[in-house]
Amino acid sequence: MSKFQLFAKGLIKENPVFVLLLGMCPTLGTTTSAINGMGMGIATMFVLMLSNMAIALIRNVVPDKVRIPCFIVVIASFVTVVELLMQAFVPDLYATLGVFIPLIVVNCIILGRAEAFASKNTVFDSMLDGLGIGVGFVLALTVLGGTRELLGAGSLFGRKFITGDGILIFVLAPGAFMVFGFLMVLFNKLSARLNPKAK
Amino acid sequence: MEYFIIVISAIFVNNIVLSQFLAICPFLGVSNKVSTSIGMGMAVTFVIGLSSIVAYLIQYYVLVPLHIEYMQTIVFILLIAALVQMVEIILKKISPALYQALGVFLPLITTNCAVLGVAILLVQKEFNLLQSFTFAVSTALGFMLALVLFAGLRERLDLEEQPKSMKGLPIILITASILAMAFMGFSGLV
Amino acid sequence: MVVVLLLITLVCSAAVGLVYKVTAEPIAAAKDAKISGAIALVVPTFDNNPAENPMTKEVDGGVMTVYTATQGGQVMGYAVETFTNEGFGGTIKLMVGFLPDGSISHIEVIEQKETPGLGDKIDKSKSDFSLQFEGKSPADFKLSVRKDGGDVDAITASTISSRAYCDAVERAYNLLQTIKR
Repeated sequence: MSKFQLFAKGLIKENPVFVLLLGMCPTLGTTTSAINGMGMGIATMFVLMLSNMAIALIRNVVPDKVRIPCFIVVIASFVTVVELLMQAFVPDLYATLGVFIPLIVVNCIILGRAEAFASKNTVFDSMLDGLGIGVGFVLALTVLGGTRELLGAGSLFGRKFITGDGILIFVLAPGAFMVFGFLMVLFNKLSARLNPKAK
Repeated sequence: MEYFIIVISAIFVNNIVLSQFLAICPFLGVSNKVSTSIGMGMAVTFVIGLSSIVAYLIQYYVLVPLHIEYMQTIVFILLIAALVQMVEIILKKISPALYQALGVFLPLITTNCAVLGVAILLVQKEFNLLQSFTFAVSTALGFMLALVLFAGLRERLDLEEQPKSMKGLPIILITASILAMAFMGFSGLV
Repeated sequence: MVVVLLLITLVCSAAVGLVYKVTAEPIAAAKDAKISGAIALVVPTFDNNPAENPMTKEVDGGVMTVYTATQGGQVMGYAVETFTNEGFGGTIKLMVGFLPDGSISHIEVIEQKETPGLGDKIDKSKSDFSLQFEGKSPADFKLSVRKDGGDVDAITASTISSRAYCDAVERAYNLLQTIKR
């Protein structure tokens, strides 16, 4: 697999949200607007990339038996670092995302990549893998957040297109499930049309 | 009265799955049969109840006196991982019957974000020990309620014919959306 | 085995501790900037720096702060940083601006953890809820929701948040009255 493919597979073919179905909680919980979804995605991407690199770095030192606890410690440390940095430099975004920032620790994408990829590959490859999956996550969350914001508030990235309130339900809890469900229908339909042989 | 509000709020109004979006993975993953969802619900209730007490004690007797509140995330996740392991070992020894019923779900619980989420939330909400425990158990019961209801819906859904591109997760998500709408009706309660 | 785990934990803790030390100041600065920004939003024009001489007072187990805005030595208004613990998501912190005659000028939310789409409408950017307080004097405007016999129109489906908001505003008013006396 070429270096580029390593990065690009996370975007669509192995998109963590639409294909691998990982990291559902922040996907549904933080995507009330495009900007929130993107912020959450970027925070997760940072943790994913850094933890992937760190784990690839220590992969030969760590005994197999204490592998998982070690990974968790590394991931939790990076999450705390991101948490502190966000508090310092983007306090408003930190306040909106709330409890979901510390919960990056239990995002299955991160431990999943650590276990499946970073523990077996070089630092550089792991970084590319983390970056690819991370960008895929950012994309998915931004699309979901954007759709919900557009329907629910009539705006996109805070810019208003429609006067009035929009359909509030899309910003509320049921809208998260519904928009995600229909986006997946769309995703399935498109990927079925793009490679008809796969099915 | 205060405790009553905590209970109602955690089970219905701020249901952990349908309005807080925590524990979505097990909600979608282990909800295909009513019987398994009850088992999972009970295991989660057990672990969340226990971890809330331990998390409370660690927060106020270790982290705060040492002024290292910022280590919360790291400490809590390790704590939960260790706790789940311990529960598994103890359960195996003293109550094989209970282990039979809950055992398979226990390893899944470490990565259940509801456990860590509740631990962080109860610190954020500045609850005392009893309030924390009440909040934790009722949150878990809310999880179980959503899970069991949803499993019932899914058992029916399996018998229906579905459009091809809606098969699998999409139709499940849309069903969840309708269930979440029903739960919104509780929001005027408190 | 245990040594490696211990070592990794130590290195990680040290790294986190370091980042904490480095970010402690920007975090405090970000909070400060938010406060002086909020003062400017809630009181009419002033030419002093109200954040310089705050008056703090402990009320109901929390700390409240009163900032005085003056122009040419004359009091233009007061900004009261107030709180309530009755919010749906716990504590809500508000900055309430009062004119010298005791009527409310503007209110800004400093910190809230209310439900998005429901309780967070107390924020001016999300709904017009807070506008109904402007220009009203708590002396003849009863600060509680209509359900409780007051004059405030609660946010639909967010009675708790609305009640909490009123509670915070009322606490600010009461503190200001005792200070003025």
